[in-house]
Amino acid sequence: MIFLQLFIVFTKIGAFNFGGGYAMLSLIHNEVVEKNQWLTSSEFTDIVAISQSTPGPIGINCATYTGYTAVLNEGYPEWMAILGAVLASLSVLWVPFLLMLTISKILLKYSKTTTVTSVFSVLRPAIVGLIAAAAILLMSADNFGSPSESTFQFVASLLIFLFAFIGTRLYRIHPIIMIILAGLAGLVIY
Amino acid sequence: MGGTAGMNSELIKMFFTFAKIGAFTLGGGYAMVPIMEKEIVDRKQWLTREEFMDILIVAQSTPGLFAINMASHIGNKARGVLGGIIGSLGVALPSIVVILLIAMFFQAFKDNIYIEKIFMGIRPAVVALIAAPCFSMARTAKITLYNVWIPIVACVLITAFGISPIWIILVAGLAGFVWGKVKRS
Repeated sequence: MIFLQLFIVFTKIGAFNFGGGYAMLSLIHNEVVEKNQWLTSSEFTDIVAISQSTPGPIGINCATYTGYTAVLNEGYPEWMAILGAVLASLSVLWVPFLLMLTISKILLKYSKTTTVTSVFSVLRPAIVGLIAAAAILLMSADNFGSPSESTFQFVASLLIFLFAFIGTRLYRIHPIIMIILAGLAGLVIY
Repeated sequence: MGGTAGMNSELIKMFFTFAKIGAFTLGGGYAMVPIMEKEIVDRKQWLTREEFMDILIVAQSTPGLFAINMASHIGNKARGVLGGIIGSLGVALPSIVVILLIAMFFQAFKDNIYIEKIFMGIRPAVVALIAAPCFSMARTAKITLYNVWIPIVACVLITAFGISPIWIILVAGLAGFVWGKVKRS
């Protein structure tokens, strides 16, 4: 049952998202692309691009898009797909919402205690690893072109990657500008 | 004596305030902090600046979406649990509507050759956008020579062994807890 699956998967994604946006990507990739195969790796990258240039958190954006696409691919009519999108989006929200209501008061009171500090002292570095994993998993032939079959696209992709990396790291170019530039580059060179 | 009608109109106002915040936060997350501060602290005065800062810290360290954490807590503090629910839904609504429209539109246009060319250019750039913050976050996470193995092991387990990030988070949290206990005794 696709609706139940969407609910369970996106509840999980919402509940285990520490450290916001990008930290959530490797988890979403794991559930949505690898385990359930609701989206391809390049569709996933497209949504990340889209959510950089639209309002709202990446987590909700991914949920809305995946909910719609997955239900439609199962052969259901469009209005059911819209329901799927809303269901998936709300599934991401409800656990964090309840957690926030209950533990925020406790955490505020104890956030300076050694136990909470030591838990986060390991959790924070691990989350950097999670983000790196998301980037490495997306360095695939789906997103870069394969070096043997489409050499031109592969080399062009590497250059775009380097340009975007240096641009955001050193020159702090806004992600939206970066995406627009990369899109224009694609339009011109391909 | 506002009664229920007064309470309802307050909640409706709150819904639209948060919907506005949600609609103008491109890229999500921290981009929304200055907009929220202006609306919540300066204009609506639902919270003081100190209360706002406290919530900011908690929202960063609890699981879930940063924006939703902020909205649910602010709504809750200003108007109770119902305020929290209304605030969260308000923040989420614009993004759900926009992405739904894009999903419906994208299905029809994704085979268009120009759209495909544009996205062939965008995809490697997106991977770079995800890779870049690893280095700035490494500083915030206080990564040194002594703990740099933590992100490396986490990354290898996920990419090479296909371990779910959920396990990484659970084990890292638990390890931090145990490490804290051992250090003190």
